[in-house]
Amino acid sequence: MRDFYGTAIDTPLMLGTAQYPSPEIMERAFHASGASVATVSLRREAGQGQALWDVIRGLGVHVLPNTAGCHNAREAITTARMAREVFETNWIKLEVIGHADTLQPDPFGLLEAAEVLAAEGFEIFPYTTEDQILAQRLVDAGCRVLMPLGAPIGSGLGLNNRYGLKTLRAAFPDIPLVVDAGLGLPSHAAAAMELGYDAVLLNTAVAQAGDPVAMARAFGLAAQAGALATAADPMEPRDMAAPSTPVIGKAWL
Amino acid sequence: MRIEINGEAREVTATTPAELLFELGWGEARVATALNGEFLPKTARERTELAEGDRLEVLAPMQGG
Repeated sequence: MRDFYGTAIDTPLMLGTAQYPSPEIMERAFHASGASVATVSLRREAGQGQALWDVIRGLGVHVLPNTAGCHNAREAITTARMAREVFETNWIKLEVIGHADTLQPDPFGLLEAAEVLAAEGFEIFPYTTEDQILAQRLVDAGCRVLMPLGAPIGSGLGLNNRYGLKTLRAAFPDIPLVVDAGLGLPSHAAAAMELGYDAVLLNTAVAQAGDPVAMARAFGLAAQAGALATAADPMEPRDMAAPSTPVIGKAWL
Repeated sequence: MRIEINGEAREVTATTPAELLFELGWGEARVATALNGEFLPKTARERTELAEGDRLEVLAPMQGG
């Protein structure tokens, strides 16, 4: 299995910590999902930061801070530096948002920020598109993980460009790939893993489900099922039927 | 001295960001700081002088996706 900057993760699920009905439900969702990584953010101090940090630490998972909401490289770079100090990790989920409505990544700002942060020793998880050339530029900049979006953040649409994701997998056989954002159902997670991806990252589909704990478990199982299937070398689809029951030995009736 | 803290203008007596965090009750809190848009490492908070009109951002861990 490909590792993430030298760290192997136990399960192929990365889960966000936002939007749960309560911190208790978030904790239970994490345990039910078996997630290996938790994404977190930085916001203006309002008195609850320490309590949240204790809850996150108690989850016993790897912490991946994000630069969510940053709309240019400068903001994202500053946020990453602040996150490294607070969360004591070189990992950073680098988001540079290009459009307020679609939350599409800004590929130019992303690359600019990645170049600066990689030089400072950050281990970057770039939230990107499935564009192969951008991906190559990010790798050239020092990114050793790529996180193409499945669909717009929070949309739940699943894998909008399955062909693009598949092409990216083929183009970067040695780089860990994560489908980040847009997943709505466990079947989307399984489909991403069946494309040979190394993990999936999601938040809303679990946190906003009617029963987040049950949905977390479903996503955990689906991601693991997809990973198992990929490792088991799936059959090639074919257009014509092929009988599975032996033809030889059938009685003449 | 007037300092803008997390977007809110306040009159403060502190002369360094380190003192200011204590004045605000965040002396022991797990926070990161940015001064006028630039990251201000924890180690630099004591030796940095605040100036009239400075903008200080004080950020803490929060939920995220």
